[in-house]
Amino acid sequence: MSFLKLTDVTKFYGSTCAVQSMNLTVEKGEFVSLLGPSGCGKTTTLQMVSGFEAVTSGRIELDGRDITHAKANTRGLGIVFQSYALFPHMTVADNVSFGLEMRKVPKAERRERVAQALALVHLEPHATRYPRELSGGQRQRVALARALVIEPPVLLLDEPLSNLDAKLREEMQFELRQIQRKVGTTTVMVTHDQSEAMSISDRVVVMEAGRATQIDHPHRVYEHPRTRFISTFVGKANLVPGKVTSANGTHTHVGAGPIEVRVDGAQFGPGAAVLLSVRPEKLQLVPAVQGRIDGEVRERFFLGSQWLYRVGTPMGDLMVLAPNDGRNALDEGDRTGLDWPDHCMRLLPADEAVLLGAEAEAMP
Amino acid sequence: MTAAPSTTPMAPHPLLGKKAMPWWLSGPALLLFTVLLLVPLALTAVLSFNAFDPATGVKAGEFTLEHYRHVFADSYYHAIFWRTFWIAGLVTLICVAIGAPEAYVLSRMRNPWRSILLLVVLAPLLVSVVVRAFGWSMLLGPEGLVNAAFGLVGIGPVKMLYTEIAVVVALVHVMLPFMVIPVWTSLQKLDPGVENAALSLQASPFTTLRRIVLPQVLPGILSGSLIVFGLAASSFAIPGLLGGRRLKMVATVVYDEYLHELNWPLGAAIALTLLVANLVVMLSYNRLVEGRYKKSLG
Repeated sequence: MSFLKLTDVTKFYGSTCAVQSMNLTVEKGEFVSLLGPSGCGKTTTLQMVSGFEAVTSGRIELDGRDITHAKANTRGLGIVFQSYALFPHMTVADNVSFGLEMRKVPKAERRERVAQALALVHLEPHATRYPRELSGGQRQRVALARALVIEPPVLLLDEPLSNLDAKLREEMQFELRQIQRKVGTTTVMVTHDQSEAMSISDRVVVMEAGRATQIDHPHRVYEHPRTRFISTFVGKANLVPGKVTSANGTHTHVGAGPIEVRVDGAQFGPGAAVLLSVRPEKLQLVPAVQGRIDGEVRERFFLGSQWLYRVGTPMGDLMVLAPNDGRNALDEGDRTGLDWPDHCMRLLPADEAVLLGAEAEAMP
Repeated sequence: MTAAPSTTPMAPHPLLGKKAMPWWLSGPALLLFTVLLLVPLALTAVLSFNAFDPATGVKAGEFTLEHYRHVFADSYYHAIFWRTFWIAGLVTLICVAIGAPEAYVLSRMRNPWRSILLLVVLAPLLVSVVVRAFGWSMLLGPEGLVNAAFGLVGIGPVKMLYTEIAVVVALVHVMLPFMVIPVWTSLQKLDPGVENAALSLQASPFTTLRRIVLPQVLPGILSGSLIVFGLAASSFAIPGLLGGRRLKMVATVVYDEYLHELNWPLGAAIALTLLVANLVVMLSYNRLVEGRYKKSLG
């Protein structure tokens, strides 16, 4: 039974469509991320769930209750805002306590629950401080404690980590996931950071131009992107245009440049224009002539744990990620062969209009 | 011009160096402040202690406390000071009651309405005080529009012109922008998410306003009320034109002493008493309100 359910939720600002026919079901205890570039409608979707934006058409249900037109202050959801939106004139403890006070929780219980919430985010020593006396990461924790202390059915996170610096962001990602596992609150997070979405969510909703184009587990989104946009937005991808030469039940052969590539699956008929998509780390460097195609290293970048090469081949320039295993790396100008396992090649339609209209959701 | 030898570093001229810069930049303002405010104020202070003879005028070089004794002892002046301060206080109170909600509504509006209404709020400042006062006297007079409207609903003509009512109404009208602008400024600094955060925690819109918004705009309301109180307590043109000859406020009495009685030292003494009283009221008010919120709002 789905816990939070969006059915054909649509939002128009005047004649501009911000969100179009959004369908999403979130299970109890699940952590779902809405991922997309700015302006894709992910924040608008979250605001409609939280009640700060009116829904133009469609239905939002929470635990079987229709909340489509319920007022924001009756929904009882826990929300962490991008700016944190802490009350600057109240201490940390008063900030956290505010929601309980509004629910008329008795004072003694309030004090106890505030202490628990602050302990959860490791902020007990700062209870009597004011928000402006805290660091960005600490404010973030206060915002989280304030949203969790009311024990909301659903926790909504609006770009919760975007104001933190890179290192702190990584730490908070793990902590956020840990806390969410511990309290088991159903969570919907909005983010434009694909690695953030991948690392902490159970499922990812990729949004483009107001539509959800893929709803899947992070690993599936990464390995089986449904659109060209997803393949490049979520991680890096080499895209090579080609044409289907033949297709049997389980395999498709695609002509790309001088070679023919075998791809698992058969969703395209012969003659279809397609894009071959392969992740840089799936390409293997082998001695020249021994691979499926030869090329020349045009550029190389040292990333610490890996080397990123740009290899010029008859199929076009390909990005290759090779682990830094301590041996001598290839130099610019070196000849090399490239190989790959068949099952790592993906096919995408060259023309995406077909896909955008299709049902995007894959049930968990 | 002689070129400095290239080996020695150029020592900056003491009048052009980095340290002198702030002085140069603030110089014009300091000069203006000194010549146009501090000097006349000092002269007025000296004047207020000068002895005065109705036959010969000010006696330079002869000093007395007589004028201050006169101001503090005479119940005529007590009544005028009391009236001035309660009118200023009432005007401040009404300005808070009207101006703060007005600023909040304005800050929630979208353009172009916001710009248009902001202009309406500022409009009183664009019209000459004399024109404005005569406008009010036409509206509030016995034959004026307001009394005509009262007549329609059966309320007999109410005497408003040349009473405290007219003075308060006209002062509120002029002072409102001085309340709206500071409150508006502090509302601009408010994180828009804060209200949504309170709502998401199940606070009612009214509770959100009272517990979340109001405490944060309090500094704006505070500075607005200080400006309004100060200007209202020392206002001259509006009480002069709408209060008539008999309803006096401190500033109009000072004017009378200077220009009708020609008793400049007494006028100066009244003016300085007003200045000090104003300062005392404003500083204690500031202490009272700001002290409570200083810790949280820094």
